[in-house]
Amino acid sequence: MNERQRGKEEAQEETRIGVFICDCGSNIAGHLDCAAVTEYAAKLPDVVCAKENLYTCSEAGIAEIQKAIKEHKLNRVLVASCSPRTHQPLFQSSCAEAGMNPYLFEMANIRDQCSWVHMQKREEATEKAKDLVRMGVAKAAFLEPQKDIEASLIPRVLVIGGGVGGLSAAESLAGMGLEVILVEKADQLGGLLNQLHQLAPDGDQAADRLSHLVDTVTSKSNVTIHVGSEVESVAGYIGNFEVAIRPKEGDALKEKVGCIVVAVGAVPLEPEGMYGYDGKTVITQAELEEQLKSGAFKASKVVMIQCVGARCPEREYCSRICCMTAVKNAMLIKGQNPEAKVHILYRDMQMYGTKKERMLWDARGLGVRFDVYEADKPPEVGEGTVKFEQPLIGETREIPYDLVVLSTPLVAREDAPLLSQLLRVPMDQNRFFMEAHAKLRPLDFATDGIFVCGSARYPATVEEARSQGVGVASRIATVLFKDKLVTSAIVAEINPETCVGCQGCMEMCPYGAIVYVPEKEICEVNTILCKGCGCCAATCPSESALLKGFKPEQLLAQIRAM
Amino acid sequence: MLDVGRHPNIELMAYSEVEKVEGEAGDFKVTVRRKARYVDEDKCTGCGACTEKCPTLLADAFNMGLGERKAIYSWFAQGIPSTHTIDAENCRQLQGKKCGICKKTCQADAVNFEQEDRIVELNVGAIIVASGYEVFDASRVPEYRYRDIPNVITALEFERLLSASGPTGGHLDRPSDIAAKAEIAALEKKAKKAKKTLEKLEEKFGESSSEFFKHYEGRQYEGDEDRKKWADRYMEYLAVAEPLEALKKKAEGFTVAKKLAFIQCVGSRDLRFYPFCSGYCCMHSIKEAIIAYEHEPETRSVIFGMDIRAVGKGFEEYKIRGGNQAGISYVRGRVAEITEGSDRRPVLTYEDTRERVVKSEAFDLVILATACVPSKGISALAEILGIELDEFGFYKTDVSNPMDTTRPGIFTCGCAHSPMDIPESVAQASGAAARAAQILLESEMRKAS
Repeated sequence: MNERQRGKEEAQEETRIGVFICDCGSNIAGHLDCAAVTEYAAKLPDVVCAKENLYTCSEAGIAEIQKAIKEHKLNRVLVASCSPRTHQPLFQSSCAEAGMNPYLFEMANIRDQCSWVHMQKREEATEKAKDLVRMGVAKAAFLEPQKDIEASLIPRVLVIGGGVGGLSAAESLAGMGLEVILVEKADQLGGLLNQLHQLAPDGDQAADRLSHLVDTVTSKSNVTIHVGSEVESVAGYIGNFEVAIRPKEGDALKEKVGCIVVAVGAVPLEPEGMYGYDGKTVITQAELEEQLKSGAFKASKVVMIQCVGARCPEREYCSRICCMTAVKNAMLIKGQNPEAKVHILYRDMQMYGTKKERMLWDARGLGVRFDVYEADKPPEVGEGTVKFEQPLIGETREIPYDLVVLSTPLVAREDAPLLSQLLRVPMDQNRFFMEAHAKLRPLDFATDGIFVCGSARYPATVEEARSQGVGVASRIATVLFKDKLVTSAIVAEINPETCVGCQGCMEMCPYGAIVYVPEKEICEVNTILCKGCGCCAATCPSESALLKGFKPEQLLAQIRAM
Repeated sequence: MLDVGRHPNIELMAYSEVEKVEGEAGDFKVTVRRKARYVDEDKCTGCGACTEKCPTLLADAFNMGLGERKAIYSWFAQGIPSTHTIDAENCRQLQGKKCGICKKTCQADAVNFEQEDRIVELNVGAIIVASGYEVFDASRVPEYRYRDIPNVITALEFERLLSASGPTGGHLDRPSDIAAKAEIAALEKKAKKAKKTLEKLEEKFGESSSEFFKHYEGRQYEGDEDRKKWADRYMEYLAVAEPLEALKKKAEGFTVAKKLAFIQCVGSRDLRFYPFCSGYCCMHSIKEAIIAYEHEPETRSVIFGMDIRAVGKGFEEYKIRGGNQAGISYVRGRVAEITEGSDRRPVLTYEDTRERVVKSEAFDLVILATACVPSKGISALAEILGIELDEFGFYKTDVSNPMDTTRPGIFTCGCAHSPMDIPESVAQASGAAARAAQILLESEMRKAS
């Protein structure tokens, strides 16, 4: 009995494969002969129908697949189109709707791998597309039906961080009826908002806004707040996390939650050794806020310097909020004392959007002076004057001051890497937490069940942190408002008969999804944590670890067809 | 988009407008006009056979007028729902002329010329208004001569030129060259027709037209009416053939645009038009310049802006990469004027603030980063919804609850709130969903108690 026959017997029915070739408008059809690929596919073994679509992912294309599944009694479907990363879920669920097991679906990527990379070589691209289709068909014959994995969900949420983002998330989650555990490292709630005076662009008092927010959250019966506490350990997975919270004194508390929100914020950079920073005549914007708040502010000749420690080789990013902060404070100073001279030295005034740009116009109207400087020629703070080169007029100028204010960026917290390790979620090169997709999933982590908002992700204004915090609540609602968790069956499995417990797979697993069971002396897979990456299967010396949908016989059939 | 279209909890009503909103948070009654498509949504499979056969050609609004579409069409190929729509104003049948080809072509029997607008009543607990924005009309800036100089285009038009599924298949052809090529095609069609007529006459008289014309001009055939007609036809042919040859010769020299100028803040940060900053355009221009460079490594771009606002995550890094690796240079300032130089090249007059001299410089293509402005219908819709607009013409929101409009139970997000980029819009959309969900849950709890 050859492998093909064996595969067929396992399926216990005749293999009937439908192949759908996508033109993707001209994206694929413009660079290879889709009609020829379709004709070729129709003649492959087990293929009972082959069709070409203008857009297979369009409603019309999907309808055609579903019709063919019924008409031709298809039990395997291969779509040759774009990337499975973007389109496999759609095609799979469409097949399922038509009554086919979704795990009997296979995809060939003839856009990325043919039309895009071999744009000028039509014939060769067409031949390669035929190869990929043939390989896909060969593998499809060996696919096995699978059942989605189900797990329970705990309708409680851990919010780490009690600033604007965390408080907003807690308020919204509680408002949706979910139980919230809010952990704040400091002794009081509020985060950076505690240090702020008046808020831009509407001039609200930070303290008023904060106390309103704190009151709303603390008044909710389904929110438990732990101030002066830190998250000590995190285990488990989406829907079923086990966390330990360590208060300053006493024993750690154990809690079970379904989702986790990272809202730890960021801190202003301390400009040690920059521009003669001394905390007295050369201070930071945060320190200026404190002076303005307490009434200690007295200066009458103020020079503000933007991008101090930002947009430089060590910290390439723009911190987004410092220009607005500077303009706001400049206007406050002018409001207190219209005679005061306020000079802002900047590289680009980042007053994006409607109200911030409006502030820039208003500040100019109040007499705040703006001068540009070049990154490679930073201003020099001397005794009583700031010297800088004005590139637009080509002159070196000196401005007298009695106070220099440095606008420093928000930087990631020192303990961000620790939290990143605890939660197994990534950070970017600036140690801000990295979302699942920069554009389309700004509030999710790639790890299911963990979310991010506010300045922990990237510097955010109070308004933005608020939007994101509230936004996280609806992201979590999409998980926890379901009866149970359903995940893909494409996960690893370890054969207990052949596993020798070498733990090689455990070391390779990037998701911590494999555990060693000493009683049985073997390794086991947590199928909820497993993302189906296949590292374990590639490592296992005894072929005990296998990845469903990518088993050796399936992959070998594909390779042999090459 | 497809995820939304397929979600079991989402009912899509495209090509529809809200006409009336009554009630309050938790219990709104909304009247929706479902405009006649003249195509039955339940029957149409989106196959596009009707579009292929439709005889009416129109400018394609999706491709910023750079391509063509038919009178029965879908907005763009992957549009959701894929149901086609008849543009009633331009459809021959609906304008009382004889046609109906689409109806005959449609195998699903989906075309229905008798379809009328339908009024639907909805009962909902909360409303999210995400009506987006419009792009500023660049022709309002007189000094940039957007209408007069063909190679001055907007960032969105440029986006279509860069797109593999756009009107040029992703080649950066200059609009003046595209127009010239279209003219060549039109003249060729004319010349072919004229030549056919001449060929008949040549056969009849047994002489080539050019030979005959020499004799004719030598006054050999005076008074011969038939031959006069032949001469007329020949002159008509020459009137087409000569400019055609000249154009063809010129077209041989056409190359893709390689020297690009991007002008920021067109309509934005300008007290004549809109005082605000549109937020996303700096990054849009940088992205377009980088993609143009990826298409053609000889591309050199200059981005003219007062400030380059790369304020989002990874944006400043992207901007620097554009400068170091994609042939972009950034010049601080506003371009004073655009005129047209030789070879239809736009000429920019600007102060090069790096050298502090006023320069005149020709580019292959100029791209205007047009402002993100409130859509034309926003005040009408605000009135229907009973919500206020802010001083800039976007929906007014509460600073401490950025998704809440002035009427409880109605929320907003994205560029209807104020100009913003994609990640911010997405985050806000999640926020609006959360606010709406809270209203629904609260009203459910109230009903239960």
